Formats: sequence, C-alpha cells, structure tokens
Amino acid sequence: MSAVLEVNGLKTHFFTRAGVVKAVDGVDFSVSSGEIMGLVGESGSGKSITGFSILGLIDSPGRIVEGSVKFDGTEIADAREEALKQLRGNRIAMIFQDPMMTLNPVLRIDTQMIEAILAHEKIDRATARERCRDALGLVGIPSPEERLNAYPHQLSGGMRQRVAIAIAFLNRPRLIIADEPTTALDVTIQAQIIHEAQKLTRQTGTAMIWITHDLAVVAGLADRISVMYAGRIVEQGETDDVIDRPRHPYTVGLLGSVPSANKRGQRLYQIEGMTPNMLALPQGCAFAPRCTRASDECKTAPPIQKSGGSRIRCFHPFGEGGRA
Amino acid sequence: MTDMTAAKPAVRVETPFQRFRAEFFESRIATAALIVFSSIVVLALLAPWITPQNPYDLGQVDVLDGRLPPGSEAFAGYTMWLGSDGSGRDLYSAILYGLRISLSVGVASGIIALAIGMMIGLIAAYMGGRIEAVIMRLVDLQLSFPASLVALMLVAILGKGVDKIILALVVAQWAYYARTVRGTALVERRKEYVEAAQCLGLSQTQVVFRHILPNCLAPLIVVGTVQTAHAISLEATLSFLGVGLPQTQPSLGVLIANGFEYLLSGRYWISVFPGLALLTTVMSINLVGDHLRDVLNPRLKK
Repeated sequence: MSAVLEVNGLKTHFFTRAGVVKAVDGVDFSVSSGEIMGLVGESGSGKSITGFSILGLIDSPGRIVEGSVKFDGTEIADAREEALKQLRGNRIAMIFQDPMMTLNPVLRIDTQMIEAILAHEKIDRATARERCRDALGLVGIPSPEERLNAYPHQLSGGMRQRVAIAIAFLNRPRLIIADEPTTALDVTIQAQIIHEAQKLTRQTGTAMIWITHDLAVVAGLADRISVMYAGRIVEQGETDDVIDRPRHPYTVGLLGSVPSANKRGQRLYQIEGMTPNMLALPQGCAFAPRCTRASDECKTAPPIQKSGGSRIRCFHPFGEGGRA
Repeated sequence: MTDMTAAKPAVRVETPFQRFRAEFFESRIATAALIVFSSIVVLALLAPWITPQNPYDLGQVDVLDGRLPPGSEAFAGYTMWLGSDGSGRDLYSAILYGLRISLSVGVASGIIALAIGMMIGLIAAYMGGRIEAVIMRLVDLQLSFPASLVALMLVAILGKGVDKIILALVVAQWAYYARTVRGTALVERRKEYVEAAQCLGLSQTQVVFRHILPNCLAPLIVVGTVQTAHAISLEATLSFLGVGLPQTQPSLGVLIANGFEYLLSGRYWISVFPGLALLTTVMSINLVGDHLRDVLNPRLKK
C-alpha cells in the first residue's frame, strides 16, 4: 500500500496580537489507500487545524510555517490556490461536524450536489444529477430522487450528514478528511454513519482521516490512531496497540477517563488540570504539568521514540499493559 | 436502512418561497396594503387608456379649464372628478400620469441602488481588510448626510430631468443597501456552509453569488421596499422644491407644489388629491415592507 497522504513536520502557527499560537507544531503521519486514521485529541489540540492545513484553508493570521504535505507524492503544502482548488472536493474531500450548518439552507440538495460535480468535471446536468442520486443511494438514503428535490431543513440531522458524506464521495476522492462528523448526532445515528463511512472507504479504497475527541468512536473505526496534545502527536500506532496497550501518560489518562461498565460506582478518573494556554506552552513536554510521571527531564522536549508497535513522545512511557 | 423507507411519508416539498408566501398572507393589513399598491401600479400602467386627458399633450390642456372644483365639466365635455389645477390639467389624469413617473423613478433608482449597494457590500464583506475599511468609511460618510440633502445638492448640480433625478436618488441611497448586505454577508461568511463550499473547490465568485448572496436576500428585500418608498417621497420632495422634474412632466411632487399657492384660497383639491395619492402609495409600500421584515426575520419566527 502506498501512502496517499504523507505529512512531515507540519507546523501551522497563528500570529495573533497576543503572540504566536502554535496550533500545529510538528505533526507527522501518513495515510494509505483504504485506510482510516483516527486523529484524536481534546478541543484546541490542533486536530482540526491539521485537517484544514492539508486543504490549504488556513485563514490569516494563521499560516503553514514549516513542514511538508505530500498528496499522492506531490508536495501541496506550498501549492498555489488554483492547484489546491482543483484538489478540494475532487481528490480531497471534507466532511464537517455539524450537518445543520454545512448545507446551504436556501439551496436544494440537488443544486448543491450537482455544483460539487460541475466544479471539477465538464458533464451535463442530467448525468451529474444521476450520479448524485446514486451517491445518495450509496449512503443509505431511502428514495433518493425525492431527497434531491428537498431543502436541507426538510431532512433530519442524520440524513443531512449522510448527504454531506455523499457529497464528499461524489467525485471519488483519494482522501477524505472527516472533522468530527458524528459529534452532533445521537448515538444510534452515529453508529450508522460510522458504519456507512467505513463501508465506503473499504469499497472505494479511499483514505480517510477521522478527526474526533471520542476514543470510543475511533476504537471501532480506525486502523491507526494518532493522539494529539497541544499541537503535537504524542502517540501514534495501530488501533489495537494504542487502545489496549497505551504508552503515553496522556493516552492512558484519556482511556482511563472513558466511563465503562466495569467501573460502575467508582469515581471516574480524570486528568488533573486544564489544557494548556496555547500562547504560553510549558517548556519541553506540554503535558508535563498535568502528568503524574513527569520529572525534570520533561522540561526538554521529548524525542519521538518507538515503544512496542507505537511511536510516542515521552521520557517515561508506560510499559506493556499500561503499567509502569 | 430499508426499514426507514416505510416509516417516513414522502416529504412534501415546500420551497422557502411557498412558506414565505403563506406567512405573508396571514396578515390582513399587509394583504390589503399589497392589494392597494398593486391597484395603484395597475392604474398607473393603464393611465393612457383610462384617463380622459393626456396632461403632457399641451393641445389637450385648456387654460380656461383651470382651477375647476371637483366634479366640474371640462370644456372638452368630460367630467373632472378631482377638479383641475392652475393650468387646466384634469387632476385625475395628471395624478395617474404623475404616479407613472413617481413609481418608475422610485423603482428604477431602487433597483440600481440595490444592485450597486449589494455588489459593494458583498465585496466589502468578502474581501475584508483594507478594502472593507475604505468602503465602509465611505458608507459612513455618505450616511452622515441626510439623503434629501445629498439628492438636493446633486440635482442642483446636474439639473432637471428624469435620468438626473434617478442618478441623484441612487447616489443618495446605495449606502443603505451596502451597509445592510455587508452586515448580513459578514454573518453568513462565518457560517460553516461557506467553508464547506470552499472545500468543494468552488470558485470565489460561486461562493459569493451562489451561496452567500441568496442568504442575504431577506433583509435586502425589506430594505429594498422601504427604500423604494423613501425614494418616491424623496423625488416628490425634490419636485416640490422645484429642483426635481420639470413642469411639463408633472410628477406627484410637481402637482402638489402647483396647488400650494391656491391652498389658502380654498382650492384645496389641487394639492390634496395628489398628496393623498402619494400618501397612499408610500404607506402601502411601507406596510408591505414592515410585514416583510416580520416574516423574513428569523428572530421573530413563531
């Protein structure tokens, strides 16, 4: 499997009046065809900015300051706007968090879908419309012909997210970036959407980056997981490794915070402290002030090291089975 | 997902326009105002066929018919139901012809100002930065003068004539539209569907005109109606002051001005009837506009 997307040392900084916010500060990962990579982190950890950086959609005062983004072997981190426009919605598609917001309320579903095709291909509207109908059928929307004529407000949240997914798959992209696509949906719909997305990536061989804060979602969905904290990936590995044998204290903490049946009645675990102020990140490891295992060594930035099947950034990783 | 097919009945496709129409006609006052306004427009359009006299044709205007009270018979044999003015124009005919001018001036300047203001507002909102700052300060500057003063100055410089009046009204009004559009577009631009559209690789023009603009239309329609009414009364004001339309092309303002000198001598009809026509027109448009605002404002939605 060749990598569809390779991100190396990506740094996206925002130059605000109050100082430089290093939203993404040296992120490396790659995604292959047909693979789903979960990008997990708390709010403000830089996971969405990573997604937008790939598409070149960083608004001023932010910009990519360093690093490379290779898409199908071509460098796109410094590509021109015109070239990126050719990729967006065509080779790289995006699915957003809130399906209530991502569809234009005054345009019919078919208008919005056909437009997405016609932006990249010169075909007649009838053919485009047919493809839209097929796409809606593919994501499990009943009577797609009728839905094409509907306005977004006539569809439920789950239905709208299916439409959004259909739009993403419309031009048979090589890569889809899904930014918390199930966060705004209730759990049963969430499961259906995840199932649908997984099925489609396998069928079409599309690579997918699934951005979420919900470990439970990626545990069942992703092939590999990258855990982000304060703009850096702190742990990266196969899903089984990361979920069952977490090494980084932050991942251990995150997993420990998930309420589960065998902890009923006990106090839920929480990671002490707050997410750091992105304007004043601590020296060295950003997680150190909240970490139970931190030492003086953590005042310098920990290098990436291999541990088990995973790559982590920590001087004091947990051993096998999440124990010291 | 096949089990969902049975559970949901087919969606009744109600376009936003249909819903808007249903909501609009819920108000009796607005419906009445719309009917009144439509009748005024129809009467004005049909003027050449339903009036006994063409007030522009000096051959048909007889000075001997001047200042006749309502109901008198003209020399040519027809009845002047609303009387005649100082130069012998049948007021009923003159009012309908005057409405034609007033309405076309109001609507034409409204549409042109809307188009210009809309473009400028959209550009300001979408470009942001220095361009926006320059444009919006210009708008502020423009709005700090009373519209009537701006129009008055322009007409004084440009001279009389329908085209010049329209130009003056456009200059006096574009800023209202620009400000409205910019305000709405700024809100819309931040919404996620715009980002989604950008992620689809649509061009900037497509994003602005296909996605942002339709979402800005609601407030624009409201401002459009109110400003059109405003333009009509502004034109009447200018003509009343004698800087608007020439005597040979009597708009409502000219007619009112003509009767002004007779008002104290008891010949009320020369000013009052054109005045009532102007009042009815402007009020019906404003009532429609007010209700449009209620219907189109999402915050006032039931």
